Amino acid sequence: MKADQLLERKAVISGIGQSAVGRRLGRSDLDLTVEAALVAIADAGLSRDDIDGLSTYPGMGMGPGGFAGPAGPDVQDALRLKLNWHDGGGEGAGQIRAVMAACLAVAAGLARHVLVYRTVTESTAQGKGGRQALGGMGAMVGPGGGPPRMTGFLQWTIPFGAVSAVNWLAQVARRRMYEFGLTREQLAQIALNGRRNAALNPHAIFRDPLSMEDYLAARMISTPLCLFDCDVPCDGSTAVIVSHVDYAPDAPRSVAHVNAIGTALRGRPSWDQFDDMTTMAARDAAASMWERTELTPADVDVAELYDGFSILTMTWLEELGFCGKGESGPFVEGGERIALTGQIPLNTSGGQLSAGRLHGFGFLHEACLQLRGEAGDRQVAGPPEVAVVANGGGPIAGTMLLTRGRG
Amino acid sequence: MTASGPPFRLLPRLDDANRFYWTSGSDGRLRFQRCGRCRHYVHPPAPRCPYCLADALVPEVVSGRGVVHSFTVNMQQWFPDAEPYIIGLVTMAEQDDVRLTTNIIDTDADDMAIGMEVQVDFVAADDVWLPVFRPVVSGEPEPSREPAS
Repeated sequence: MKADQLLERKAVISGIGQSAVGRRLGRSDLDLTVEAALVAIADAGLSRDDIDGLSTYPGMGMGPGGFAGPAGPDVQDALRLKLNWHDGGGEGAGQIRAVMAACLAVAAGLARHVLVYRTVTESTAQGKGGRQALGGMGAMVGPGGGPPRMTGFLQWTIPFGAVSAVNWLAQVARRRMYEFGLTREQLAQIALNGRRNAALNPHAIFRDPLSMEDYLAARMISTPLCLFDCDVPCDGSTAVIVSHVDYAPDAPRSVAHVNAIGTALRGRPSWDQFDDMTTMAARDAAASMWERTELTPADVDVAELYDGFSILTMTWLEELGFCGKGESGPFVEGGERIALTGQIPLNTSGGQLSAGRLHGFGFLHEACLQLRGEAGDRQVAGPPEVAVVANGGGPIAGTMLLTRGRG
Repeated sequence: MTASGPPFRLLPRLDDANRFYWTSGSDGRLRFQRCGRCRHYVHPPAPRCPYCLADALVPEVVSGRGVVHSFTVNMQQWFPDAEPYIIGLVTMAEQDDVRLTTNIIDTDADDMAIGMEVQVDFVAADDVWLPVFRPVVSGEPEPSREPAS
């Protein structure tokens, strides 16, 4: 495919912003979103009057408490934005589908500067409801007064107590142990690496050292996944400004160019019917991204790979081509290859396992910081020229390849 | 520990598409949709055969035999005072791309292994029969596929 046919290359990320991030902040999702948006707009050298596009994942009340973030119209109204294009939704190539949509919108001339946000208040929501908010199934009440009945995909899992993605992905981890000989000690490296990097990130939620002994002694959630294999619910909002590439020379900061996006979903869109449980949709998203670029895995300087559960990062490492299929276990052993000074620095902010579950967008924010050379104590040397961001797990996956702007 | 599944089950809502499946166990038999043209089994239930697109799907009794493709022992207390229970992913003997998320019962978690042969059983609850699986005893004959009269 010719470069001028790749519409995502008409887009850059011209500004980034993040609200306060923490546990049980007790602030509304709209309040956090406005905070992050104003930082991102200023960072891009723009005012709110310049913002003519709005996009989010998912918005509009999807999922349990604190998951969806504010609906687009609420953010539009809070900032009194005058929009030429707006979009939101929970279906698509991972959480960063909202960024991909914005890229295509600016390429199509539907908007020039799109505010894209992802906001979570899961920590506050779970704090209020306790176990019930987390899925205290015995206490749930349906429309008729009794327990609710399950529909859609959930009817195939919830009746068997497979109530959470941790249950679904624990089976992926077990299958990987069976097929590839993955060990818990290898899997631990994702959590340990994240915590080492989080110690260098002042905004990370968990910064105390985590040892292999701590990991192996942690309580099991759903075998073989333990507490430290699961990300940390938090409150926080991340916003980015997607602008037309023509704006890059005028942007006050070095922009991140969008080199390629990966959006494919070629297997069955299901947590338990996907043909290859060891890869699931990461396989298709990664393959479709590499089909759209002349860059190769060897060109990537920093990798921000989704770690809602540690096992997902292992899958992404393989499917993005940093190691062979089934080889991520030996690849991460000892942790050197994925460290800040290693062959492929991984999840440099601490990831969702230690920095907080900003649900995909935290990785995008961190990739942009790294490309600018503004990542402080955790900055990868160089600074890096090429970063990859991967979002999602199971049948949900999207990837984005970013390159450093030239000033 | 002999696993028996979660202590509390949220049940599926029955509709015209899924009713045959969730009530199939009322006669002790497991059924899937099967295409009258290309003979593929289809799960979850679909309006047409997703393989050949024929409008020819009919529920058909299967052996109820399967193989454990993967499993996990849930330890998290989603339910108060829950004992650990086994969630399994079972591939049906008739067609290896038909899988069920289910519970493995009548076995110790320490005895679980991928590749284990299992046989369907049913947990009746309200108006549904949830297919769960227990290990096949060595030498156990395959059950009849004839619906009980």
